[in-house]
Amino acid sequence: MRSVLSSRWAGLLLLAVVIALLPLALKNNFQFDIAVRIGFNAIVVIGLNLLIGYAGQISLGHAGFLGLAAYFSAITVTRYGWPPLVSLLAAAALVGLLAFIIARPVLRLKGHYLAMATLGLGIIISIVLNQEAGLTGGPDGMAVDAFTIGSFKLVKAREWYWLVGALLWLAVWLSLNLIDSPVGRALRAVHGSEVAAEVVGVDTTRYKVMVFVISAVFASVVGSLQAHYVAFISPQQAGFFQSVEWVIMVVLGGMASTYGAVIGAAILTALPQVLTALEDYEHMIFGLIMMLVMILLPKGIVPSLGALLRRVSSKAEGGK
Amino acid sequence: MNSVLSRRALLAAAAAFGMLTVTAAPSSAADTIKVGTFLAVTGPASFLGDPELKTLQMYVDKINESGGVLGKKLELVHYDTAADPNKAVTFVKRLIDQDEVDVLLGGSASGETLAVMPMVEKAEIPYISFAGARKIVDPVQKWTFKTPHTDTMACQKIFEDMKKRGLTKIGMISGTDGFGASMQAECKSEAGKYGVDILVDETYGPKDTDMTAQLTKIKATAGVQAVLNPGFGQGPAIVTKNFKQLGLNVPLYQSHGVASKKFIELAGDAAEGVRLPAAALLVADKLPDSDVQKKVVTAYTAEFGGKYGAESVSTFGGHAYDGLMLIVDAYKRAGSTDKAKVRDALEATKGYVGTGGVVNFSATDHMGLDLSAFRMLEIRNGDWTLVN
Amino acid sequence: MLGEFLQYLFSGLTSGAIYALVGLGFALIYNASHVINFAQGEFVMLGGMGTVFIAAAGVPLPLAGLLAVLMATVVGFALEKLAVEQTRNASVVTLIIITIGASIFVRGGAQVAFDKQFHTLPSFSGDTPINILGATVTPQSLWVLGITVVIVLLLQYFFTRTLLGKAILATSHNPMAARLVGINVNAILLMSFGLSAALGAVAGILITPITSTNYEVGIMLGLKGFCAAILGGLGSGFGAIAGGVILGVAEALGAGYISSEYKDVIAFVIILAALFFMPSGLFGKRGTDRV
Repeated sequence: MRSVLSSRWAGLLLLAVVIALLPLALKNNFQFDIAVRIGFNAIVVIGLNLLIGYAGQISLGHAGFLGLAAYFSAITVTRYGWPPLVSLLAAAALVGLLAFIIARPVLRLKGHYLAMATLGLGIIISIVLNQEAGLTGGPDGMAVDAFTIGSFKLVKAREWYWLVGALLWLAVWLSLNLIDSPVGRALRAVHGSEVAAEVVGVDTTRYKVMVFVISAVFASVVGSLQAHYVAFISPQQAGFFQSVEWVIMVVLGGMASTYGAVIGAAILTALPQVLTALEDYEHMIFGLIMMLVMILLPKGIVPSLGALLRRVSSKAEGGK
Repeated sequence: MNSVLSRRALLAAAAAFGMLTVTAAPSSAADTIKVGTFLAVTGPASFLGDPELKTLQMYVDKINESGGVLGKKLELVHYDTAADPNKAVTFVKRLIDQDEVDVLLGGSASGETLAVMPMVEKAEIPYISFAGARKIVDPVQKWTFKTPHTDTMACQKIFEDMKKRGLTKIGMISGTDGFGASMQAECKSEAGKYGVDILVDETYGPKDTDMTAQLTKIKATAGVQAVLNPGFGQGPAIVTKNFKQLGLNVPLYQSHGVASKKFIELAGDAAEGVRLPAAALLVADKLPDSDVQKKVVTAYTAEFGGKYGAESVSTFGGHAYDGLMLIVDAYKRAGSTDKAKVRDALEATKGYVGTGGVVNFSATDHMGLDLSAFRMLEIRNGDWTLVN
Repeated sequence: MLGEFLQYLFSGLTSGAIYALVGLGFALIYNASHVINFAQGEFVMLGGMGTVFIAAAGVPLPLAGLLAVLMATVVGFALEKLAVEQTRNASVVTLIIITIGASIFVRGGAQVAFDKQFHTLPSFSGDTPINILGATVTPQSLWVLGITVVIVLLLQYFFTRTLLGKAILATSHNPMAARLVGINVNAILLMSFGLSAALGAVAGILITPITSTNYEVGIMLGLKGFCAAILGGLGSGFGAIAGGVILGVAEALGAGYISSEYKDVIAFVIILAALFFMPSGLFGKRGTDRV
């Protein structure tokens, strides 16, 4: 038990060090921008990983939650002059409530049917955002005011980096704690076999709903912040491609691995920037990389490499 | 174990950043002018971005072969936004901060242009957009210019023509994409000024496969004298075919969003009699020799059509051509690569004859086109004809 | 009034038959492998774009269509052989991500091999609309409807009367047992991917005269086909057809009588409502969870 605890803190310490030292390697605004976007995606994906990786429930609709929060913040702050932090919290509360209300009927569904239902909800939200042009600016999107806390105005990617870095660390910490708590154990039971879990007295629905709400709130907070950071929002951000992209990040990084979620987000956010050099072949190669990673490391990057490492080290020990 | 795992994971993250840093291009050499461009080369607006990029690449090469600009070669740096404003923001940051471009061209769609404008203004880089929305130049922003006509002008041109034909009660069917929705809103606010009543207002999704339901509703509305379809992509072609199928026998107006031969090919016979406002480029061979634009549009049609096929010549590629030539012209007149001087020269552009019309920029007008830049065309015998 | 209603209905049936054909492809692969193949829409694209480009190279149209179907089938085989078969023990989600990767790959390839423009094909038997009780329908829509019916009947025959069809069904019910009675499960999987790819390509050719095609057309069609298959109940061919038709008709009636802005929302609300009351779709098997 103690070793598990200490290794958890070792990981968190290392993450903090990486976040603290990374700026030394970042040369300009653009590179900070990518780092910030990795952070945003990673936070959403950590939440989604709790849902997909631990509770075994897929969602193709989380971009809808992000979109709702982003537009809520954008509209209340830009049009009605709310303090951004208040908007962010109000959005998180609203999205959390919405997620809570829809969770029970939706989570009764399983597997592909659940995917369909969440996909449908996400698409409905994005259509509404697209159509209600009077409120949302329609398909052309709308500009968003800067994020302010008191008199301090957050504009530069460098400044955002520290906020997002801190939030990312917090998200990892929360996720690791949750997984090690009784809730986490119950969730793993749900993932293993829902029927078995229920038989031994786990209220599976309650835990599933709880994780669904947590992951929606993660997406909501990122939505509000991202709207201010980019200073512009459009319905694409709430679209179903975005939801699919996050699921890919979860699976590619490794399901049921919090650091896997971070790695998945980092790779899939940075990869398109690297692949631009390929011009016309960019999308082809991107698809190919996705397929190859999943074929060669079917459990995702972090768990598969972890297993490999374990094998190598046990062999080395056996050799002694 | 866990800690080993997480350490590896974080190392991988650091490596990912490493890749990013390695690919960072070296900053621009003094003997080139870096032209940065971000276009919707793939995605729902690829029929805009694709000819735009091809045009830029073709003419940058051509300019370089004939000695470049101010003795410097042009260097084109381009990224594909897939028409996503969010991606456009990152790519423009990359163009400004990492590639350190001297001038920015592009933004195929209005959303992506509007999203990056504040950044461009802050970075103080001359910028020409290829997108339609009026909001881009109204109010005027110091560093932002654009080449295409606005959707407002398209509405005005269409309503002018309707009024001439005595058509005052119309139905509208618009795409819900950025282009369609923006033009739908502009037309609704312009209609009153021309005494045009919009009796029925329908929409369709940009990827819908059948629009007969919406058109049936329009058909069932008593008193509709004409139908207007703002939209781009394959949607208007399906609308046109469904229109014919339902036997609606009132005039159909399309927008400048379908201004390429491709539309006639896709809609086939159903396109006969359809009218639309478009730049002179589409009717290059039919312009009288006295027309000021004759020379430039014939040359572009011959060069672009010669390389990529006559049916791929579109006014969209023309917008990119105008953007590039306007900026080259501004460099020559500024006699320097200083961004502020180039911007001033650009704003002072007078009487530039391009594919989109005759451009006169001023401190209060960063589009520089008037309604005369639009021609009313009608499709007859599978080809464009000029309507007077 | 009747004319209008019929027109909405025809409009819905045309779209619905298109969704149904794509949905059927999902059902076929799901039946054999329990994989949702998100590259199904790309087969539809390959059928249409392939025919356009092979015909442009001077091959007569019918032959071009045949070659395009063959091409899509080969891609389907390759997807099964090179990707899906290599990861047999992977989780379903992993397999789904692989098919998404495949769809990005195929789309990216099509963008290079073909082009990014829209293309169309001539209608099979002209464009003169047929008048029925004040509503009109194009001959091509009838082709789509007719061939959909023929395909459904053929599949019905295939699965209930032929040994191969029964083997596929057996594999879907219990792969282990199927293997024990001597069914080559790998061959069955390969078959079902090929069949589904061919089916998608045929759909692509059929609808191109109506909708036109480009390299990205598979995204939306794949999505609608997925909705059709789920609404109908996964693994049920009849369900996919019913799901597609319901979806198409709901959209058309929604656009006609309620609001064209929100017709897609109406369709999704119907799907959600259906799933709420029938969590395995309209005709899906009621599953019991194993411990």
